[in-house]
Amino acid sequence: MILSIKDLRKIYHTKQNEILAVDNFSFDLKEGEFVAIVGPSGCGKSTILSILCGLDKPSSGTITTKDNLKFGYMLQGDNLFEWQTIFKNCLLGLELNNEVTPESKAYVRKLLKTYGLEEFENAYPSNLSGGMRQRVSLIRTLATKPDLLFLDEPFSALDYQSRLAVSDDVYKIIKKEKKSAIMVTHDISEAISMADRVIVLSQRPSTIKNIYEIKLTDKSTPINNRKAKEFAKYYDLIWKDIDYHV
Amino acid sequence: MFSIEHKKYLRNIKLRKFFIRFFQIFIIVLLIIGWQLAADLGFINTFISSSPKAILNTIISLYNDGSLFHHLWVTFYEVTVSFVIGTLIGIVIATILWRFKFLANILDPYLTVLNSLPKVSLGPIIIIIAGAGTGSIILMALFISVIITIINVHQAFMNTDQSKIRLLQSFKATHSQMFFKLVLPSNFNNIISACKVNIGLVFIGVIMGEFLVSKAGVGYLIMYGSQIFNLNLVMTGIILLAIMASLMYYLILFIEKRF
Repeated sequence: MILSIKDLRKIYHTKQNEILAVDNFSFDLKEGEFVAIVGPSGCGKSTILSILCGLDKPSSGTITTKDNLKFGYMLQGDNLFEWQTIFKNCLLGLELNNEVTPESKAYVRKLLKTYGLEEFENAYPSNLSGGMRQRVSLIRTLATKPDLLFLDEPFSALDYQSRLAVSDDVYKIIKKEKKSAIMVTHDISEAISMADRVIVLSQRPSTIKNIYEIKLTDKSTPINNRKAKEFAKYYDLIWKDIDYHV
Repeated sequence: MFSIEHKKYLRNIKLRKFFIRFFQIFIIVLLIIGWQLAADLGFINTFISSSPKAILNTIISLYNDGSLFHHLWVTFYEVTVSFVIGTLIGIVIATILWRFKFLANILDPYLTVLNSLPKVSLGPIIIIIAGAGTGSIILMALFISVIITIINVHQAFMNTDQSKIRLLQSFKATHSQMFFKLVLPSNFNNIISACKVNIGLVFIGVIMGEFLVSKAGVGYLIMYGSQIFNLNLVMTGIILLAIMASLMYYLILFIEKRF
């Protein structure tokens, strides 16, 4: 167990109103596990991630983590700095924590090389495709060697084809580096194809509606997982849970 | 190696560029010749409107008695000093306001009032405070340029991409890291445009100041010329100003391109 959340509750205050965004949210994350959180749009999925990585404060509830747990946050969009080279962009987190050493630089170089971005080290973000930029953004997050990754709709800025390809990439990278991850997404098939467990949230206030252990035959990469025969079953169950009203 | 269509396309771009430059030069040449002709043929009163030849002669005689570069230098010096100080002070105050939002909210109405106040009205007070000299002129230019720099740059700082700020927060960046890593570099273009506005404002301030108090400078030339009814001198001053202002503007463009 590396992360344990108990009775998380978040209220947003505005002048006119208070909004209960998240209520009664509890779950435990196992080491090396990939958990996806899905739910109707505007239900407070991203709020949960912001609270988990300390950008927001919960109104009540407790979050306990394994000692010295380091986390990395990957936001919607790549947020690369256009005025810096790819290499410098990847060093951002290290620079901010004063951890730029020859070893950490070598580690970043290794990551860039492993994930096919070696020749773009000195290029600027504007020269890269959307998918490559997303990979750089992941390497930037990985550079600080986090144990746990928070992914907030990481692929929503990409077109459909790159989305499939990049989610495949990112999944492989996360598994290869043996990281745990919590991903928020509105894309049900993305959640099923990538995650070990899928948490379905209700309309606001977000409470846990269901948790599915995803068991697919021949579980491998996200693109292959989409072909598994259980895929449609899970899709159906989650779709019904989310209960879309258009 | 290119297709005929592509060569045609490239040639069209070149031609277009050439014609734009051609007409730009054509207009100014036409204006000068027209002005000179109108003066020679007596269509206009050269006592009031001067003429290109007279202006050229005035410049030459100023050059011969050694005062041309003195006046240019004085104005250039005042403009540069006020521009540099004004821009720096503006950016520093904008940074403080960005860091302390509570303070920014408190000071907001004061900035608005100071911004809309015609700064020229402060002239008499400035002269009393700083004396009738270069100090007053620089102070005048500062008053005119600083407030708007603060407002523009602060506005730009506040509009820094929110998700990039969150990204840095997720790395637990301090405020100063946030400023030097993100806010300042991402607003480079906005600061340059603030500079472009500033250079114009500083010129206004310096010339205003020179009108009020000065013994040298292009503003002084214009003022002096008007007092002795030497309109050639006034026109010459205006032309010199136009040249100086555009040179300094291009200097900023040059700096912008370098980075």
